[in-house]
Amino acid sequence: MTERNSNPAEDQAPGGAADGQFDPLMVAERWMLDGRKVAVATVIETWGSAPRPVGSHLVIDADGNFEGSVSGGCVEGAVIAEAAEVITGGAAKMLEFGVADETAWRVGLSCGGKIQVYLERIG
Amino acid sequence: MDLNLLKALNAARRDRQAAILVTALEGGKSWLVMKGDAVEGELGEAIGKAFSTGRSGVVEAGGERLFLNVHLPSPRMVIIGAVHISQALAPMAAMTGFDVRVIDPRTAFATEDRFSGVDLVADWPEDALRDRPIDAFTALVAVTHDPKIDDWPLISALKARAFYVGALGSRKTHARRVERLMQAGLSTDEINRIAAPIGLDIGAQSPQEIAVAVLAQAIAALRQRPDPAGG
Repeated sequence: MTERNSNPAEDQAPGGAADGQFDPLMVAERWMLDGRKVAVATVIETWGSAPRPVGSHLVIDADGNFEGSVSGGCVEGAVIAEAAEVITGGAAKMLEFGVADETAWRVGLSCGGKIQVYLERIG
Repeated sequence: MDLNLLKALNAARRDRQAAILVTALEGGKSWLVMKGDAVEGELGEAIGKAFSTGRSGVVEAGGERLFLNVHLPSPRMVIIGAVHISQALAPMAAMTGFDVRVIDPRTAFATEDRFSGVDLVADWPEDALRDRPIDAFTALVAVTHDPKIDDWPLISALKARAFYVGALGSRKTHARRVERLMQAGLSTDEINRIAAPIGLDIGAQSPQEIAVAVLAQAIAALRQRPDPAGG
């Protein structure tokens, strides 16, 4: 006898149910099909100690909802803020984040690394 | 990136095909290259290297700065034994990105109630793995300690060079297992690849703690293997 439980998520991603649910690129596709406007941020280079490896994604919609990460939560806020402009304007942007400068109130990476993030609109 | 490209990329990932998304950093044009596609020149070389190392990164090719994002198939975990440890291990492994299947011919163990939302097959491993044989991208976790159930998938995983092979059992149980596997024609080198006693030594006691120890050991094997593209 063979008994199989099919996974409830129809759009199952590689990596099983949890991955399909939280996988940023799968989420971006779902959001687009729901008619939402979406931007994708991708870590394209890292220097020193960086929390997320090259290729990591954060996806953002026009209302500021997001899924995924490009750092350990240090610079996501700034990327989300930039995404609004990319979604409206359409032109892709290159963002760079370095060490946090607390006196200048600038966002940055407390771990001391540097990352470059490519932010583009889908569509 | 347009929506059709995103759909094509996600489809390749769902189908477990290795793919690279190439993005021209000036101009923003992007396209998909599947493993095996012929690409000429500097870019072709860079793509070949990216597939073999599994590393994403920026390359210069044909006077352009290009970002290559490498998407390799996600690792699988095949768990033999629908036991207490597996009830904790299956969802944790799925959460960390493994594509998990639990197999146990004992229908008292392999019930939907005990494994809700998990790909569960109540059949012998030989039959349950017919549609997806163990490959180099698979972690095999054998936890029934019943030779009738565990031995076939263990042999199959060692022969297929699965990146992780772990088997539950005391030292005595494992010593008997080693004898059986030698009789089945496996070499000492192959048999030594079995993680036994299974799991990192963190003093785990409860089934859930053992699941953490096993998952950590499988992740270590995955991330520290020499060739991420599977040879």
